[in-house]
Amino acid sequence: MILLALVLVPLLGGLAAWLSQGIDRNLPRWVSLATCIAGLAVLFSGAAPTLPGAGDSFLDGGWLLHWRVDWIPRFGISFELGLDGLSLLLIALTYALGLIAVAASWTEIDRRQGLFQANLLWTLAGVCGVFLALDMILFFLFWEVMLVPMYLLIAIWGHEGRAYASMKFFIFTQVSGLLMLLAIVALAWQGAAINGELSFSYGDLLGLAFEPQVGFLLMLGFFLAFTVKLPAFPFHTWLPDAHTQAPTAGSVLLAGILLKTGAYGLMRFTLPLFPEASIALAPVAMLLGVAGVVYGALLAFAQTDFKRLVAYSSVSHMGFVLLGLYAFNELGLQGAVLQMITHGASTAALFMMAGALQHRLHTRDMRRMGGLWVQAPRMGACALFFVLASLGLPGLGNFVAEFLVFMGLFAVAPWMTAAAATGMVAAAVYALWLMQLSFHGKPDPQRTMADFGLREMSAMAVLMIALLWIGLFPQSVLDLASPAVNGVETLFQQTLPVEVVAR
Amino acid sequence: MNSADFAAIAPIIALGGGVTLVMLQVAARRSAGLTRLSALLVLLVALAASVWCEFGDARNVTVLLRADLLSTLFAGLFCASAALCVLLSRDYLPGLSDEGDEYYLLLLLATLGGVVLAYANHAASLLLGLELLSVSLYALIAYPSRVPTAVEAATKYLVLSGGASATMLFGFALLYAATGSLGFTDIGAGLAGSELGPAISSLSAVLVVSGLAFKLSAAPFHLWAPDVYEGSPAPVTAFLATVAKAAPFVVLLRLVFDAGLLGLPGVAEVFAVLAVLSILVGNLLALLQDNIKRILAYSSIAHMGYLLLIFVVAQNPEHRPLAGEAAVFYLFAYVPTTLAAFGLLALINSAGDGDDRAAVDDITGLFWRQPVLATLMVVALLSLSGIPLTAGFIGKLYLFAAVVAGAHWFMVGALVLGSAIAIYYYLRLVYQMSQPAPEGAPEIALDAGTISIVLFLTAVILALGVLPQLLMGYVHGIF
Repeated sequence: MILLALVLVPLLGGLAAWLSQGIDRNLPRWVSLATCIAGLAVLFSGAAPTLPGAGDSFLDGGWLLHWRVDWIPRFGISFELGLDGLSLLLIALTYALGLIAVAASWTEIDRRQGLFQANLLWTLAGVCGVFLALDMILFFLFWEVMLVPMYLLIAIWGHEGRAYASMKFFIFTQVSGLLMLLAIVALAWQGAAINGELSFSYGDLLGLAFEPQVGFLLMLGFFLAFTVKLPAFPFHTWLPDAHTQAPTAGSVLLAGILLKTGAYGLMRFTLPLFPEASIALAPVAMLLGVAGVVYGALLAFAQTDFKRLVAYSSVSHMGFVLLGLYAFNELGLQGAVLQMITHGASTAALFMMAGALQHRLHTRDMRRMGGLWVQAPRMGACALFFVLASLGLPGLGNFVAEFLVFMGLFAVAPWMTAAAATGMVAAAVYALWLMQLSFHGKPDPQRTMADFGLREMSAMAVLMIALLWIGLFPQSVLDLASPAVNGVETLFQQTLPVEVVAR
Repeated sequence: MNSADFAAIAPIIALGGGVTLVMLQVAARRSAGLTRLSALLVLLVALAASVWCEFGDARNVTVLLRADLLSTLFAGLFCASAALCVLLSRDYLPGLSDEGDEYYLLLLLATLGGVVLAYANHAASLLLGLELLSVSLYALIAYPSRVPTAVEAATKYLVLSGGASATMLFGFALLYAATGSLGFTDIGAGLAGSELGPAISSLSAVLVVSGLAFKLSAAPFHLWAPDVYEGSPAPVTAFLATVAKAAPFVVLLRLVFDAGLLGLPGVAEVFAVLAVLSILVGNLLALLQDNIKRILAYSSIAHMGYLLLIFVVAQNPEHRPLAGEAAVFYLFAYVPTTLAAFGLLALINSAGDGDDRAAVDDITGLFWRQPVLATLMVVALLSLSGIPLTAGFIGKLYLFAAVVAGAHWFMVGALVLGSAIAIYYYLRLVYQMSQPAPEGAPEIALDAGTISIVLFLTAVILALGVLPQLLMGYVHGIF
């Protein structure tokens, strides 16, 4: 029931936020804030007692919490939710970034606040569902449903190019989602042929022995859907448009958590369901990862739009996730998980910064900024912190994540590692470029702008503490994720040819 | 005929008797309001008859009709849809004509035709039902007689529909020559030992299928649909797009399955061509339209294409039950969804002269002007594009399941491609509604009754998507 509550709380909260607009036009944001806090409270009060028992991976059904009722018995579809350390981490991230998004939109949204907060919370509900669903159709349901409120966020409250951006975002995800639906149905039919009973449950579909070609095609359906969402090169083109045009809270959610659903999908579904096919695809996936890392970084360097730069840096950072996942070893996988969380925190902060600047200066063009540090020192300091985090400064979370990915990857593909490492150099260039253009230099004397206030500083502080914590004590997070990571690793050690494991 | 037989066809009797009574009432006292009420009453009685009349097992009533789970399901659906069309016409009709009595009478007759088609088990009842439906529709489409486009649409429908009926009749004549019978199952039995040979049998089957494909507006027989949809008054378009599409499909399903037409060489291939062409033509041309009615017309062509896919799957007797289930569920889900979309157009054009304002720009800002209506439209559009939590998704899931089970990968490709294209034009409407309302956009006032219809339709579409098991269980029992 706790699992159901995790989805229901933001769902009903959204409804309440919408209706509360009738009482007071500023009430919805308070409702939203309360809902996110309530969600976190439910998560921790529900999951904390189960944590000591954590240890078994999903292969042995080691869910911290598990809930299942029949939904559509005709097709063997059930309403099945499960929580393990990995989903716990990601749901905590979801609600935390939900709080940040509410803070970011506190004064920015001046029309139809109720519906705005409702859509924001419904997006959270969909994402939580994605992180919890263990029935493939239910997973697909949440996967698609979370698009609709996000689409509305961009289409209604977005900036000048919102029509194009929102449409592109929806079509990219939906079309790849159709391929996934096809793969899901075909997978279940394969499962029915092997097990003798039609079921869409994750547990029943794990470990099916396919013919190699069938397995590979099915895997591709999932892989495409998830890499479009991730996004991996060359499917990333929707991302800069959507991020740039979305309102600040939308960008925070998109970059912070929606991209992670792609990474989560790869780790939870693509790899464990199709280990053999994944191994066959690994060289291509790694190549896409490297291409994403390098290409994203190069394009980020070429931008003059603050938000667009951060968006391209996301493409680059999510390339590391792909690399870590397809290394198939513990270090790589742990690195990928950490990267999901630290990228969520650092990018959310940078998007919030971009939104704050746009709100104050009415432009995202960095050439028209310059010298902001003098006028807004607190903003400058925050920007510097997150820019350094994003380029991978040791001591902050992103460094640990990328370092682990490199360690894991080096064991299996040294040349790929070397190529990806050049992306780190480019990251330093674009990150410092961003800092220099907008915050250093001579300030415009005509300009007056407010510095960050208490609300914005506290949001920033939360994210800073999170990044510092992960940077200095990563073990606490690694322990939570380890059952899921070990499960995947075990599966691959059984599948991989011996000499690859030895290397 | 015994009492169980009468109970089995109770909806037909209720409608037939009801039409006569309403006609007498109109003769005695002309009043649009009263006629609307009595028409509604007749439809509700017929609906109740289809829901509650127990008649035991499936049975043939005379050689013409077959009462089973399939016919009762669609008889009820058609009566309910027609009742909603009647309700939608209340505010719409006064602008069209001074007297609205015949309008409701014609709507009842058309519904009777649809219900007869749901029961038809014989070429004669098929033709009777189909012509009753079509002839009533000619008059209904041309009802706003002051609007030239409506008359044009009716003429177009009349001429092309006549051609289609002739084609179908020729097909049945050939089938009769080949088998000596006109009942669906007898045709199936006769085809095996036909003296005229398989070539003639296939030809005649294709002719019959083409005639019905015209009614379904499957490509390449789709040319009438956009013009007729655009020219007809919105509540009539709603009827045309739901009952007048679903009824021929039900009878096609029964004919093809009972007469074993898929066993004839080449027939399944014809269905494959019709399906793929409809999917591509419908979706691609819908991209180019700027009128919502035309967009929905082309989208309905595409949806008929998806439905026709199941005949390709049903070619293999092993997959026939699943294919049939998929078709019935999809069709059932399609009806309230389409009704909702056209209902919206009827409501935003109430008290017009029948020349509807249905350009894409006309719904700009509907979210803010009339949130309840906009929500209904969004739900309907999401259902048409097959997004989860709506009826359309379950329908699409069924289709995917059927096509994957049959391993028709080319058809799967068409299905995915078509759905992918479709998102663009559905989403375009959603986007248009979400934008700020233009200055001077007309006010849309809704009374409590209308709002309850809108909420009811929204609830039905969502309920079919969230809790589909009830209908699934029923449909599972049909095949």
